[in-house]
Amino acid sequence: MMRLSAWAAIAFGMLYFLLPLLGMTEFSLKMRRGVYSFDAYAKVLADPRFQETFSYSVMMAVFTIVFGVLLVVPTAYWVRLKLPRARPFVEFVTLLPLVIPAIVVVFGYIRLFNTSSWLPLTGTAMGTNILLMFGYATLSLPYMYRAVDTGLRTIDVTTLTEAAQSLGAGWVTILGRLILPNVLVAVLSGAFVTLAIVIGEFTMAALLNRPAFGPYMQLLGANRAYEPAALAVIAFGITWACMGLIQLVARLAPKPATPVKD
Amino acid sequence: MTFQPSPDVDTPRRVPLKERLPLDWLGLAPFLVFVTLFLLAPTMYIVVGAFRSVDGSFTFDNVIGLNTPSIRSAYWISIKISLASASLGCLIGFAMAAAMTLGGLPKAIRGPLLTFSGVASNFAGVPLAFAFLATLGPIGLVTVFLKTNLGLDLRMLGFNILSFWGLTVTYLFFQIPLMILIITPALDGLKREWREAAEILGATGPQYWRMVAFPILFPAILGTMALLFANSFGAVATAIALTGSSLNIVPILLFAQIRGDVLGDPHLGYALAFGMIVVTGIANTIYIVLRARSERWQK
Repeated sequence: MMRLSAWAAIAFGMLYFLLPLLGMTEFSLKMRRGVYSFDAYAKVLADPRFQETFSYSVMMAVFTIVFGVLLVVPTAYWVRLKLPRARPFVEFVTLLPLVIPAIVVVFGYIRLFNTSSWLPLTGTAMGTNILLMFGYATLSLPYMYRAVDTGLRTIDVTTLTEAAQSLGAGWVTILGRLILPNVLVAVLSGAFVTLAIVIGEFTMAALLNRPAFGPYMQLLGANRAYEPAALAVIAFGITWACMGLIQLVARLAPKPATPVKD
Repeated sequence: MTFQPSPDVDTPRRVPLKERLPLDWLGLAPFLVFVTLFLLAPTMYIVVGAFRSVDGSFTFDNVIGLNTPSIRSAYWISIKISLASASLGCLIGFAMAAAMTLGGLPKAIRGPLLTFSGVASNFAGVPLAFAFLATLGPIGLVTVFLKTNLGLDLRMLGFNILSFWGLTVTYLFFQIPLMILIITPALDGLKREWREAAEILGATGPQYWRMVAFPILFPAILGTMALLFANSFGAVATAIALTGSSLNIVPILLFAQIRGDVLGDPHLGYALAFGMIVVTGIANTIYIVLRARSERWQK
């Protein structure tokens, strides 16, 4: 009886999740009347706007990841090493982007960094790109910080630091050649989540008027029938790849010999 | 009898000078500067703007100005959609997670289901809307299937993907997986001994659930529901890609306001955004409080 209802719950859920995936895949193949074809994909991939916006978003993702790593790894390391008392506070702040909707944050950007303000980032295209990257970095902060902090938990930060210091290493060496390689798996999983978030992000890019992939998809969706479905399949594939890579990286990671309890 | 005052009770602990100087805090400076500039200050700007009149003086007019039929109904529909998708997401997600952890299903289901949940909970925004348009839209897979094979016309039955239920069904695609991801650890934390103890004392299955398992899980469930509520309340991209601007909900209204001042008063936009922060803030406070309570049992 119980097993039956368990199967029923899983089957119902699977049906709900599979139908839209099936629906978008089927729809994306229907561009040519009467037969299944990859016309919609060919059309999307050949669209120069697709190539531009997609590479723009990938570039933004790369910069966001680099910036996020440079910001989060030293911070999380420092909190673990020197300021354990500050941890609840830092954790709370890193979770705020889940509380404050992105649309509110970007609304604040537009007003705070406009051309007549003290830091007129939205005045130039480059400035707006940088602003958008900072926006993406805040969006990914909860995931990045959590991933890195979990990674730091598995190593003995204090001992490693003291050992490095007694061998004469400076802070940059410690962070770059000791801490970063040790939490690389965690950093990579944070990086892939960031990639998944940035590639499809719509609200910030649209309101800051940048030619990103999200606004392009929305525009195409408003004007075309079959291409959006093809885009949805591609986007789902990217999300799946990002999550798959996280799992793969986690599996390949060397297990710490003596896990340090928190 | 001599009385030895214990040093750490009566005399204040001597703090070395180095520890008193906040030099260690300097290491946090980059992080603090970043979050202040690009997270806290923009938000504060909106919040303060909501209480400022055009000439800069303090006023409640903007917040009071939200009380128009159109804005009221936008908040109301938003809250209803968020409530519906959060409670349904909780219910279905819980059923699936419980089936996976306690239902006696083969272990092989667990890994793939959790991985899939990770993917699906991140598959939001514009592409999600496309997927549902291709499935439940006017010429979508399911719509056409029901019409040609079963003679059921979804539109005649009152279902429209560009409506309250359409949006709710779409949001469930990221709500259910999120629920599964968050509640599974809590379900794993139910100790077998509790069930055995209850059975020895003569409890039936339903009694065990009603009097032992459910009260333990309740804060976790309710807390996650608050998180799901905030999650769908702030969702912009899916709604815009799905409905354009045909559905009057708060994120869409705010988006249009930022783009082109549709409300005719820039400060009303601040108030609208402030209202969103208040709603998601309340939901998240509930989540944090209840999560702390539910973690008591997972030690």
